[in-house]
Amino acid sequence: MNTMGDPPASRRRPQRRIGLYAALIVGAVVSLFPLYWLLVVASNTTSDIYKTPPRLLPGPLLFENIAKVFDKIDFAGSLGATLIVACSVTALVLFFDSLAAFAFAKYEFPGRDKLFGLVLLTFMLPMQLALIPLFMIMTTLGWVGQLQALIVPAAANAFGIFWLRQYTIGAVPDELMDASRIDGAGFFRQYRTVCLPLIRPGLGFLGLFTFIGVWNDYLWPLTVLTNPEQVTLQVALAQLNSSFGQDYGMIMAGALLAVVPLLLVFLLGARQFIGNIAEGAVK
Amino acid sequence: MTTAVSGAPSAGRTQRRPRGRTLSRRWPLYAAIAPFFILFSAFGLYPTIYSLALSFQRSDGLTTPTWVGLANYQQLLGDEMWWQAVQNTFIIFSLSTFPMLLLALIIAAMLNANVRFSTTFRIAYFVPNITSVVAMAILFGAVFGQSFGLVNSALNAIGLGKVPWLNTPFGIQLVISLLITYQWTGYNAIIFLAGMQAISKDVYEAAQVDGAGRVRTFLSITIPLLRPTIVFVMIVSIITGLQTFTEAQVLTSTGATAAPYSGGAGHGGLTMVLYFYQQAFGYNKFGYGAAIAWGIFLIIFMFTMLSWRYSRRREDLTRR
Repeated sequence: MNTMGDPPASRRRPQRRIGLYAALIVGAVVSLFPLYWLLVVASNTTSDIYKTPPRLLPGPLLFENIAKVFDKIDFAGSLGATLIVACSVTALVLFFDSLAAFAFAKYEFPGRDKLFGLVLLTFMLPMQLALIPLFMIMTTLGWVGQLQALIVPAAANAFGIFWLRQYTIGAVPDELMDASRIDGAGFFRQYRTVCLPLIRPGLGFLGLFTFIGVWNDYLWPLTVLTNPEQVTLQVALAQLNSSFGQDYGMIMAGALLAVVPLLLVFLLGARQFIGNIAEGAVK
Repeated sequence: MTTAVSGAPSAGRTQRRPRGRTLSRRWPLYAAIAPFFILFSAFGLYPTIYSLALSFQRSDGLTTPTWVGLANYQQLLGDEMWWQAVQNTFIIFSLSTFPMLLLALIIAAMLNANVRFSTTFRIAYFVPNITSVVAMAILFGAVFGQSFGLVNSALNAIGLGKVPWLNTPFGIQLVISLLITYQWTGYNAIIFLAGMQAISKDVYEAAQVDGAGRVRTFLSITIPLLRPTIVFVMIVSIITGLQTFTEAQVLTSTGATAAPYSGGAGHGGLTMVLYFYQQAFGYNKFGYGAAIAWGIFLIIFMFTMLSWRYSRRREDLTRR
């Protein structure tokens, strides 16, 4: 593990080791400070923050500021909308992407490699190219302002198929496929009884990845959710900011509410999640 | 694997079977991949082709569009605001990407030095990447506020003057770049770290035998062997960096004076995608917006290809 090539460093150069840890801790503090500051501003009055020097510690007003957020916007409604969209998209993506990934990973059929190449090619198209016509389609369908405008187009994606295909190749052994085939299992039964149980950790990662992405998405929800009464959290937060920009305590309480639930979900699977992100990029 | 009695997936065997039987066995496979292709055709491919047609039209999405040939593209070439947006985007891209990649490399090298609590550090460095851009943009807007922002208070306390961060074009670009750097440094460090851990230990041992020091080892071994990862990260940074929108839109929409999607003081925060959005959804110019979208695509495509070819050429040079 001594990648830098020296003997156990604690024995040789303790002061260099201390410098290393000091640098890493400073970096971690910088990384986390904005979240701390969010809490500080969200728990003080705006005038406490405006003081010179400003208050650097959390104050007692967190719940008052949160109450103001609930007063100004339909926070519960936005949270509900975000949860509906994030959960539906995650469930649909996991289902459709794993089916496609299983077919691409474990079967041969005419056109397979070309079709998979086509999946990869769709990565290349930037979102804003399709944005205006997509909005027009939603107008035609009558979905403007409706949550299905966020759910249906996102229900299957190229990244998930690509990533899960790699995962399935490694996780589902051919021997098990053969055994279940001898038992007379067709594609869908093999998917259910062989593939799904084995790729569960991979689904965990893709699910978390998708959920985080949908939760934080902004451009498309901003475009298509034209009814300010029914928007996702990120859009609601941006509206709160542009209409009440001077009440920092309240705005930051709103920001905190938009960040913390996701942070908790992330921390549950953080270790595995980060490992998968890194692996996927290096392959 | 040859023991399979029916439905064997090996192509050689299945091709010899009667057509009807093959089809009846294969339809589930096509059904399994169909949802993606159906959804992509409807909500990805079709709108993309439609937007090409739209870019040759004058349209507001309500009245009947008229064909105008290349007029939108001609207008784009002479549009000063567009070229300013292009320039802003590249300034923000440069200000964020290079410090970000350098910092990420340093952090990755530190995490790679066999440290304790490595997982905790990695999680701490990764957290900024999963916190919402909107929330962080609002926070950065407050922290860099002119009169009462934390940064100016700190500058004031050490006797320096207040900087009008968000009231000058360059200040806005700097804050957007800082925000991007903040959110993506840890992410890229994690990827660099994985690349470093994939480098064989033997190479390092050989270097040690040759008497190479830490810095020398890092520059002559880690960096060259990490090249594929660096190129990957660079390409991803180009594609995402040149499409910066949310940071710019949220940071410049605070306060009553801000016109929607204008990019703030002196249009400093007007990125290419923000300008696209302003024209398309601020002013309902669907035809012109589509032309801008294709302009952005072309710029990103060319810049990506250029960087790709440049990195390939450098690779050839270093190999010789």
